[in-house]
Order: sequence, then C-alpha cells, then structure tokens
Amino acid sequence: MMRLIPKFKGFDFFPHNTRIDFMRHWQACFWTSVATMVACVILLFTMGLNYGVDFKGGTMLEVQTKSGAPANIQSMRNQLSGLGVGDVQIQAFGASNDVLIRLEQQPGGEEEQQAAMKKVLGALGDDYVQRRVEVVGPAVSAELRRTGFIAVVCAILAIIAYVWFRFEWQFAVGTIIALVHDVLVVVGIFSLFQLEFDLGIVAALLTILGYSVNDTVVISDRIRENLRRYKRMELRELLNLSINETLSRTILTGFTTIVVLMSLFIFGGSVLRYFTLAMLMGVLIGTYSSIYIAAPILEIFGIKSETVTGSEKAAASARS
Amino acid sequence: MLHFSRLKMIAVLLTCLVSILFALPNLFTKEQLASWPRFLPTKQMPLGLDLQGGAHLLLAMDTEELRREWLQTLRDDARRTLRDAKIFPTGVGIVNNQVQVRLAKPEEADAAVRELRKLIQPLGSAVLGTSGEDLAITKGEGGTILLAPTPPGLQQRVVHAAGAAIETVNRRINALGTSESTVVRQGADRILVQYPGLTDTKVLKDLLGQTAKLSFHEVHPTMTAEEARQGRIPPGYRIYPGSERGDEQGAAYLLRETPVVPGENLVDAQPAFDQRTNEPIISFRFDQAGARRFARFTQDNVGRPFAIVLDDKVLSAPVIREPILGGSGQISGSFTVESANTLAVQLRSGALPVKLTIAEERTVGPSLGADSIAAGKMASIVGGLTTILLVTFAYGTFGIFAALALIVNGIMVVALMSAVGTTLTLPGIAGLVLTVGMAVDANVIIYERIREEIRAGKSAVSAIDSGFTRASTTILDSQLTTFAAAIIMFWLGSGPIRGFAVTLTIGIFTSIFTAITVTRLLAALWLRSERAKSGRIEVPI
Repeated sequence: MMRLIPKFKGFDFFPHNTRIDFMRHWQACFWTSVATMVACVILLFTMGLNYGVDFKGGTMLEVQTKSGAPANIQSMRNQLSGLGVGDVQIQAFGASNDVLIRLEQQPGGEEEQQAAMKKVLGALGDDYVQRRVEVVGPAVSAELRRTGFIAVVCAILAIIAYVWFRFEWQFAVGTIIALVHDVLVVVGIFSLFQLEFDLGIVAALLTILGYSVNDTVVISDRIRENLRRYKRMELRELLNLSINETLSRTILTGFTTIVVLMSLFIFGGSVLRYFTLAMLMGVLIGTYSSIYIAAPILEIFGIKSETVTGSEKAAASARS
Repeated sequence: MLHFSRLKMIAVLLTCLVSILFALPNLFTKEQLASWPRFLPTKQMPLGLDLQGGAHLLLAMDTEELRREWLQTLRDDARRTLRDAKIFPTGVGIVNNQVQVRLAKPEEADAAVRELRKLIQPLGSAVLGTSGEDLAITKGEGGTILLAPTPPGLQQRVVHAAGAAIETVNRRINALGTSESTVVRQGADRILVQYPGLTDTKVLKDLLGQTAKLSFHEVHPTMTAEEARQGRIPPGYRIYPGSERGDEQGAAYLLRETPVVPGENLVDAQPAFDQRTNEPIISFRFDQAGARRFARFTQDNVGRPFAIVLDDKVLSAPVIREPILGGSGQISGSFTVESANTLAVQLRSGALPVKLTIAEERTVGPSLGADSIAAGKMASIVGGLTTILLVTFAYGTFGIFAALALIVNGIMVVALMSAVGTTLTLPGIAGLVLTVGMAVDANVIIYERIREEIRAGKSAVSAIDSGFTRASTTILDSQLTTFAAAIIMFWLGSGPIRGFAVTLTIGIFTSIFTAITVTRLLAALWLRSERAKSGRIEVPI
C-alpha cells in the first residue's frame, strides 16, 4: 500500500539554525505594545465600538431586488427617510442588487421594533424580497452585550488557569499580557475604523485567544526544554534560541491558517466577512504577541533554569 | 511509540471506515437515501436556519402582566373569602404590587388574617418537599392587612405560564402546516420558536402576537359607558373599549366583568362567510356546559345586547334576537379573510396565558441560505485543497500522510455531527474550515521536530519516534486551551456562536486523534515497508 504513495522530500523553505536576534529590540517592542494597548483602551472610551444589531438592538434587513437589476439606493433612501423611524442606514452589500438596511433601536419596547420594521417593508413594496431579517429588542441586546463580555473574560481566565497549572507563574503572567494585548488590539482596530462589532466578532475573539495561547504554549514549551538542556546559557540568548527553533513552525502554521482564512474571506460570503477579518488580524497579532510579549516577560521576571528543573517529574517525562 | 499492534491498527482503520459510512449520507439527497438498505446510516447533518432558511423568534412573556392578573384574582378572592366569613372590609385594593385590605373593625384583624391564610398555596412539589408559600400576609397599622406575592411564588407562576404558553404556541404553529419546527423554553420567561422554511414571518407573528382570550359578557341593562364614566361604575362592572377595526372603533361598553361564558368553553372555531352579507366571520361551538349557560342567558335576555370580547376589547355587541340553544354561533367583527383565519386558529388552540412579545427575530430567506451553503462549500474546498497542497509541498511523503489525516479529520467531524445530530450553521462551516487549517499545526510541530532530530544526526527511526513523542504534549496543551475557549463559547453563546463552538470542539477531538494516531500509523506502516527493503532509510520529509 505504501508503494502507492510517492516518495519525495518536502521543500524546506526555512533556513535552519537561524539566529535572528529577536530579543535585541525587545524593550522597544514591548513598550510599543504596551503603548498600543493603552491607545486601544483610550479609543474604546472615546470612539467606542460600532455595535451591530446584536449588541445595539434595532433592526437589520437584507433585501434584494426581485428583477435582479441593481438596487437604486438613492431612491430607496428617499422612500424610507420620511417614515419617522429615526435614522435609516442603507448600504450596498455583496451583489449589486443586494442592499442592507439598518434601523436604529426604536424608543419603547419590543413591539416598537417590530412596528418600525413593518413600516419599512411596507414602504419598499413588492419590488424587493427579504433575504435576512434581524430584529433585536432592548432586553436581548443588553443581555448579549453582557454575556459577550463575560465570555471573553472567562475564556482569558480559564486559559490563564491552565497555563499557570502547566507552567511556572512567569509564563502565566506573560500569557495574560499577551492575551489581553491580542483582544485589546483587535477590538481597538474595530473601534478605530468603526467596523461593525457583533456576536460573530466575539466568537472570533475567543478563537483568537485559543490560537494565540497555542502559539505561546509552543514557544514556552521550547523555552522550558532549553532551560533544562542549557543550564549555563544566558537567558536572553536562550529565549532567542527557543524562538528561532520554533520559528519555522510559527510561520508555517500561521501561513496555513491565514490561507484558510483568506479562502473564507474571499469565498465564504458576505455574512462571514467581518468574522474572518477579525480572525485574520488576530492570527497576525497573536503570532506577534507570542514572540514579542510573552517571551520578553520572562526576561523581566528573570526565570532561571532552577525554577524549571525544580519539578523533577516534568523533566523526567520530557527526557524519556 | 512507533509500534502498532495488529489490533490497534485494525481499530484505527475501522474508526476511519465507520466515519466514512456515517459521513456518506451528506453527499446524497433525501430521496436517494430513502432507497438505501436499512443497515446503512442515513442520517444527515441537520442544517441550521441560516443555511436552509427559516425563522427564529425569541418570544418574551410579559411577567408584569402575569403579576397584575394574579393580583386581580387575589383581590377578588380576598373579597369573597372575607364576605363568606362575614367580615366586611371598607376597601380591598391593589397598592404597590400588594393587595391591601382595610377592615371596618380593626379588632377583626386576627380573624381576617386567619381566613385569608386559606388563600396561601404551598410551593414546590410533594416529592421534593414543600419550600415556602406563594403569599406573605402581614398585618399593617389601623386594621389593614397586606397580601404580598413572594418572589418564589411569582417565579412558580411564570414557570407554569411558560409551560402553558409553549403548548398553545405549539398548537398554533402546527395549524400552519407540517414543518419541523421546534418550540422550546429558554430561561425562565422566554420561548424560542424555530420554524424552518418560512419566508414571510408575518403570518407566524400574527398568529403568536395575540393572547386571543375570548369571552361573552352581559351589557349593563340601563347605564351606558359614558354615564358610568361620569358617575360611578357599578360594582362588578367595567368599561371595555371597542376593538380597533371596523365599526367598534372608539366605542366603549359597560360590561359585567365576570363573563357569561369564558373562552375555555369554546371547543371549535372555523372561518366562514356570512350568508347574507358575504362578509368573513367566525363560526364557533361551545362545549356542553358553555352551551347550557349561553342558552339560559339568551333566553333571559332576548331583545338586549351582549358583547363578544377579545383580549379586553369588544369585537361586537349584537342584540339577542332569539334564544341561542344549539350552543353554536358566529362572530362578526369586520374581519378580512386572513384575519378571520388567524383568529379561528388562535381560538381553536386556546388563549395564551400571557401576552408574548418578540424579543429577538432572525429570519433568513431560502435564497440567502442556498447562497451561504454554496459559499461555505466553496470556501471549504479551496481552503482544504490549499492546505493539502501546502503540507505536501512542505513535507513530501510525510506531508501526504498529514494530508490524509486532514481528510480523515474532516470526514470524522461530519460523521460525528451527522450521527449525533448537531446542527450545521454558517459559522459552523467557518469553524470546520478553521479546524482543518489549525489541525495542520499538530503535524507541523511533529514534522519540524523530526527534521530537527535528523539534523542533529539521529537515525530515521529514532528521529521519527522522538518527533511524535516529544510533540504530543505540546499538541495536547495547545488543543486543550482552544477547547477551554470553545466550552465557554458554548456555555454563554447563543445560536450562531454555539454552532461555531460545537464544530470547533468536535474538530479539536478528532484532530488530536488524526494528527497523532493516524499520521503515526501511516508513518509506522511506511517505516515497516522501508525496512523490508535493504539499505539506509532516509526520511522523506
């Protein structure tokens, strides 16, 4: 059976035994990252997030012209502006005959949202078919905002607990800062460009957390192994070595993930677009943070080989 | 690490084969599957509403209304109980979500409390032991007594009402036609309705948007609503507004509050047409008790009007021309064919215990669903193929092993989802594609390690062996952390996020299996066939 599979070597496109001095500029990088995080927090408080229907409440309608002719957004705007349902946002979406209409949350309760949607559908008449309707009332949107926030915080805590349990506390601290960094920067970018932030983005954030911690764990594992192996090596050199040794893996995995995400971004349809965009940013930022944040923290806290080899059992199992 | 017993090998192969068998039905149409032999699995992954199109409605019960209604019955009960015990209060009213009884003689307070305590109902079930009471009765100053519903008491009412509401909603939805709709409780006071294949939700919303509490009332014989409003409303009577449509708009009636016949006595309601005016009407039939009461009432009141009330609004107030003895009749109320139909369904399926409002609506039309399926397929194929090409390019023959493992991984996820019946959503497809992309990571970690060991001068066998051994803890670590994130998504997330979390979780477990076991098996098999040939073994990686 094995004869059916051709025997050939893969193309090893990474130079090995690279000695890129990642740690050379760690201070500059680290503090830049900290500054970026602060900037993102400021952005969040000043510009805020452009919440989607999930979190803000209100109505979103995706309609398509029945004839397949391009939609006339201008005339639509005229039709809908006088309905007295507040601000109506109309934008092209995907194909040229596809339009997205957004209504802000109507004052009052659940029933007012439905009434406003009815008005809009009535005004549009028979030329359009509904493709998608999302109406979220005030109670549900407040709830989704809260649970979304709790989910992200819980995920970070769970991951920290795991890393703390598996590694030494210095690694856990590095992981916390790296994770918070990833979430903050992605959210910050969404705030800066006022991209729509909805439930899907929260799912993306959680997945980014998983991905980023994955990266951190792989590097940490190697750091630990090297701490045991090279007891006399200077920490900075050792960190550099570990990052270099895992570099080909970091790049290849990052690359395949990005390729997959690109295919989702291009072919996956307009509904998933912002989700994949957030994921794409997250993969890049997560990779960066594993190298430039999680590792340098160890330099700050000065992890020593004794700290690691202290746990004899772990060392023994790694040797076998 | 590279030794596989024959048994283990067979187990792995069998797992793969079974997975293929369970994943296979998804490639065929339902009609084709019907002709399959019985012993083959024919379950497909159920598609989420965002893929097959349909409506998702989250209905919220008005708990305030429930409380108001309870307080009203409580007030009436308190009045009656005291009257039966020959205690006469100067007033019984509702103040601050409590029923307040003001006694004429404060010295009767203890006796009154004793009587009122009969209204208390224990909470909890007989099995679990009772846990408290639904009312708290306290004596206030100056001969007042307060009856306050306790929070657990209200909670229990909400739970009961939700159960009743779900049944009614189910009956109403079934009247729309056969469909694989689901109605489930969500939280304490919400009901989730999922109705696949519906493009226009208007009918559904109309059907669920009304309590449809119908009752027949006596109209005050002499006093009009206008007179009552200026003077004093006679005890036992109440002013009801006319319904918004047709002739009753703006009208008001003074009706006896206790109905002659309540809606519960209705056994059938059908849309029909008035034979004279050809106007849509609803014909109805009472059960025996209702028919008897209605017959007696109409006999006694010929020539006087009575009122048909729907949700506290008067639909019509016809004059009784002759006694209605057969227990059936008709309601006219300026209906359209559509609204007569809707109301007939609502009346047949019974009134809702409380008004339901739509807290969240998500509807996807079938055209968008089909587009999403096509887009998801395209993205999966392109993403999968590029990943396969990439690993093959990067790791040669071992890359092909990894690619095979990836394919098995994809098949296993689909097989598990079909067997368990987990719904596939659009975010779920994204989760699936992403799992495939990230599952490569495990193989990358292993193969990079093998290369390192080879560069360090180890032999082929020991390099492969230590590659798999050393990398497996790292892989486990990284997958477990993603798993933690997925669990939290599932726990807290709603609808779309959940779909994503489920595929991600399934993908994590299958990818641990495929990346570690399947590729290791392939590597072991390869090594065995290489050993059979003589000469130095060189790892094609």
